[in-house]
Amino acid sequence: MAKTLFDKIWDSHVITDLGNGFVLMHIDRLLLHDMSGGKALKEAIEKGYAPSQPRLIYGTPDHTMSTKPGRNEKTFPPGEPLILSMRETTAQYGIKLFDLGQDGQGIVHVMGPEQGLTLPGTTLVCGDSHTSTHGGLGALAYGIGASELVHVIATQTMVQRKPKRFRASFEGPLLPGVTAKDMILHLIGEVGTAAGTGYAVEYAGSAVRSLPVEARLTLCNLTIEMGARTGMVAPDDISYEFLNGRDYAPKGAMWDRAVAHWRTLPSDPDAEFDREHVIDMRNVAPQITWGTSPEHVIAVDRAIPDPSTGPEDKRASWAAALQYQGLEPGKPIEGTSVDWVFIGSCTNSRISDLRAAAVIAKGRHKADHVTAWVVPGSERIKRQAEDEGLDRVFLDAGFEWREPGCSMCLASNGERVPPGKRSVSTSNRNFVGRQGPGARTHLASPAMAAAAAIKGAIADVRKF
Amino acid sequence: MEKFTKVTGVATPLMRQNVDTDLIIRIERLVDNVGREGLGPFAFEQIRFKPDGSENPDCIFNQEPYRDAPMILSRENFGCGSSREGAVWALKGMGIKAVIAPYFGDIFNNNCFQNGILPVPLPIEEVELLADEMTASPGNARITVDLENCIVISPTGRTIPFKVEAHRQHAMLNGLDDIAQTLSRQDAIVGWQKADQSARPWVWL
Repeated sequence: MAKTLFDKIWDSHVITDLGNGFVLMHIDRLLLHDMSGGKALKEAIEKGYAPSQPRLIYGTPDHTMSTKPGRNEKTFPPGEPLILSMRETTAQYGIKLFDLGQDGQGIVHVMGPEQGLTLPGTTLVCGDSHTSTHGGLGALAYGIGASELVHVIATQTMVQRKPKRFRASFEGPLLPGVTAKDMILHLIGEVGTAAGTGYAVEYAGSAVRSLPVEARLTLCNLTIEMGARTGMVAPDDISYEFLNGRDYAPKGAMWDRAVAHWRTLPSDPDAEFDREHVIDMRNVAPQITWGTSPEHVIAVDRAIPDPSTGPEDKRASWAAALQYQGLEPGKPIEGTSVDWVFIGSCTNSRISDLRAAAVIAKGRHKADHVTAWVVPGSERIKRQAEDEGLDRVFLDAGFEWREPGCSMCLASNGERVPPGKRSVSTSNRNFVGRQGPGARTHLASPAMAAAAAIKGAIADVRKF
Repeated sequence: MEKFTKVTGVATPLMRQNVDTDLIIRIERLVDNVGREGLGPFAFEQIRFKPDGSENPDCIFNQEPYRDAPMILSRENFGCGSSREGAVWALKGMGIKAVIAPYFGDIFNNNCFQNGILPVPLPIEEVELLADEMTASPGNARITVDLENCIVISPTGRTIPFKVEAHRQHAMLNGLDDIAQTLSRQDAIVGWQKADQSARPWVWL
């Protein structure tokens, strides 16, 4: 029977069918971060469960430390116990930790692909909803909660119910200024934040096939914002070229054997999906969110929506969103004054993202009233960007160049957009208070964010 | 998994869409070392309290008869967003036993079952009717959620069936320990791992 990419990985990881649609499945990779990693290991140990396969577990701190230049775990004191606990528990069981200041440290969803820990055809979980990111390399990657985390530590398995299959196809060439971030925001705008609930998503189509791996990671990153826990792109030569030579990727004859296996993974031509959605990329312009849900998104050259003309069941939420955001319906969104710009997060902090933002920032200066931050996704990206002189470009443009971490995406390390201030952010959530109590967030691509910093207002990157 | 069989009481109509887990519990409360039992006072703090820390009287959670209600009624996609299980711990801390909504964020849904909170999926029309019956009553309306029979009984006595996977229903009614159950299949796990080590040795670092 014809199978999808998802079916192939799922079926090959089933240890036992538990009946009623549930299976016990093997987990090939568990990634830990400081918000929940140390706590989960401690809890497992206290319950009498030592990690079952420590060699399949990898960790790095990213959530709870400062990203201030020269930081260490003490710079943001509330995070210190979490980082120390992670250090202690991983050392106890020989779990590899990419620690602060070390090569490999970074946002967990940047670290996995960068190190070659994320491999096609593997199952990967992490206590973070943006774990779907790893699907960009053809892994079946799930975000899980704290209890499930303890279960995986103790058993290296998960009890799961098989989701339905959703294929989102992006066809045609990307127009100027359009990136993977715009593709996924546009999709969420069309189908809504719950369209993927209960589904595994495969991203396909000519536009996806031509995307480099880092862009595919961005695409898969926002899968949870359309309700699906996992999203993936079939592996191909672009994926293999990205992985070849990475620290934890197979080498030599083993590499050839792995690639031969990976080539069997893409969906069969006649495989069936439970839901299909096709996007014609000729209709997709650079996107920006206006409200407090990722589905509140428009092309940057459009007007702020009017709740009174919106779908009946969304009018109340649109009106509440506009009130929180301090926006007037019917006005162009371009030109809306901006106070903060954040370039970073597991969505958009990779080297290609920083290069795209630097193209806009180069030779220009941020508006006086704007605070602009660039937070690279990992130690390695930071060093590479510095080798390329990108840090100078940003510093000369008046941006701050910081240490790797999650930072202002979710403000768990005290780095916040102040109340009432407006931010253009390359992160993944524009929820009420996400970047700090009262903060107003607009999601966009790295180039769009850099453009907003220069203009001091929401700007159309195509005019740069 | 913690046991759940039945709950009867007041349900707070928090009738908005996309109640995300950031709204249920702010991330910094999970950094602060208050522990999972200490999160109740911080549940929904962005709407329950004013910026100065005082109670917001306009928030339904601060109004009678909802102050100690064991259930929440809400619109589509309750619990979307972040995977933080702290959202469920915070709900539990404020005494919530069940949430009734058309559908839930997938990870939140799983997290609920791990903590003895029942997510009850009902069509939006039914949720709206329940909310109307709650708000129309002078404070004596009660809703019952019965997991054994998979029914909700409305304040006016209507019986509304809901669906829950048999696997989860069984585990929750009996308060089964997931990890112990999985480890009872240790032979199958080890067998699978051995076979995989020869089939995909590159996965096994």
